[in-house]
Amino acid sequence: MIEKKTNISAMTVLILGLCTIALPLYLTVVIAFKQPSEMTNSISGILSLPKTWSLNNFREAMEITDFWHSLRNSLLITGLSVVLSIVVHSLMGYALGRNKAKSKFYSFVYLFIVSGMFVPFAILMMPLAKQTAELGLANWFGVIILYVVFYMPMNVLLYSGYLVNIPMALEEAAKVDGASTWRTYWKIIFPIMRPMHATVAVLTALAVWNDVMTPLVIMAGSGENTLPLAQLNFQSQFGTNYNLAFASYLLSLIPILIFYVICQKQILNGVVNGAVK
Amino acid sequence: MKNERKRTFLLITIPILALFICFNTIPLIRGVIYSFTNFKGFGSYDWVGLRNYADLFTDARVGKSYWFTFKLAVVTTIVVNVLSLLLALALNSHIRAKSFFRGAYFLPNILGSLVVAYIFNYFFTYILPAVADMIGIEALRTSILSNPGTAWIGVMVVCAWQAIAMNTIIYISGLQTVPEDVYEAGGLDGATGWKQFKYLTFPLIIPFFSINMVLCIKNFLMVFDQIMALTKGGPAQSTESISYLIYNNGMSGGQFGFQSANAVVFFIVIVIVSVAQMKFSGKKEEQL
Repeated sequence: MIEKKTNISAMTVLILGLCTIALPLYLTVVIAFKQPSEMTNSISGILSLPKTWSLNNFREAMEITDFWHSLRNSLLITGLSVVLSIVVHSLMGYALGRNKAKSKFYSFVYLFIVSGMFVPFAILMMPLAKQTAELGLANWFGVIILYVVFYMPMNVLLYSGYLVNIPMALEEAAKVDGASTWRTYWKIIFPIMRPMHATVAVLTALAVWNDVMTPLVIMAGSGENTLPLAQLNFQSQFGTNYNLAFASYLLSLIPILIFYVICQKQILNGVVNGAVK
Repeated sequence: MKNERKRTFLLITIPILALFICFNTIPLIRGVIYSFTNFKGFGSYDWVGLRNYADLFTDARVGKSYWFTFKLAVVTTIVVNVLSLLLALALNSHIRAKSFFRGAYFLPNILGSLVVAYIFNYFFTYILPAVADMIGIEALRTSILSNPGTAWIGVMVVCAWQAIAMNTIIYISGLQTVPEDVYEAGGLDGATGWKQFKYLTFPLIIPFFSINMVLCIKNFLMVFDQIMALTKGGPAQSTESISYLIYNNGMSGGQFGFQSANAVVFFIVIVIVSVAQMKFSGKKEEQL
């Protein structure tokens, strides 16, 4: 194989494109560190680095938005939603995937759940706001339950699709050894589905972490915030102090950026698997 | 033994199905029921039959929100797919620092769209006019978000900025399924450059094109966060998306019943669009 030359025109396109991605992020960082007095309306003033790299803006923004509290809520909701999704959706994917070919009941349940993908949140939003209030679930716990329900169609589709590749012989061998179906699932099937757990975890985590609408509608009265919700609720408190606002934006982006830097490969794989399947 | 297996499957399925029905099917049915009432969100209400639906089709604000949402969805889908196909081709060619570029190009997609839209809000309101002022572009001297004619372009840019990342990654995985010898064989027949793309590459990645179309249209039709952070539906209700209108007027505007009818119609529209897309793309796929 001959080493081909670098494609110059492709490189040019990519570097230009990269600028449109980097510029807003660069501006976010720079503005977050500046003082209001440093904000001028000239190009050099906009692009220049801050005079001092002080963390005061961040400290103040943290106080205004109650950052640690919101972060804790976001981590709690995302973490529990991911764990519950993996457990509940893989079980459901297993039960439906193994039976839908030969049983009318299971194939109906499968279609019923998967077609939930077409239901936009807009139609569920108002009844759910009422229903969660009636059930005393207008809080973070209710939000987690809703996520487990909302992502069920997609994840069940993914799990039962993956199950096709796992031969029945494995389960039958375990059965001969006297293991129950439940035990066989946890000992054999669940570990084998690990690649799909990673995909589901990534998709669910990204969707839950960045979601605004569900907590906005469900948790509005609880006085609690997730990170995105805090941005929305405290937006007016920054007034015209954009430096504080940007410090707050940057703070809310940092956790997911760290996650991306650490697990970039898993995230890219997960997203592609989820979309292509 | 057989019974044990059957029982286990039932014990798994029934509770999870009940959970799904409780928080998906029942609210859906309740939404449909509310759509036949004049419920304000609190207090008592009366049945009004199909009046909400009749009003829906004559309500200028609802019509405007459908027009805006579809315009946004179609234009953004085209812009996103053209650009991300171009980027995917570039990212899949012989370049340096390939994995760095791929990682960097996916970055916008993982960021929360609300915060991204807040950042762009500032960009459109202050930086762009300042830059336009300096280089003398009259049209951009005021914020594009404050003009009812151009505000939707701002929303489009923010939606595209994030969606391109996703679509590019999917196109790349499509391009990687095309074996090198297809190009070599095509090259012998004179298929290079644009011809190669039109007759070889594109037909082979049509399944991925379909995925992107479905993803794009569905996401953009449901646009909400960006509206919330950029325009709040303004100016002059020119950027009110369907989801935003349902949220705004249904949750706090006393139109619970009426917006439920709107949501039911929106649901039907989403189903029709999705089914039509699946039918259409199912026919066009080409096998290697």
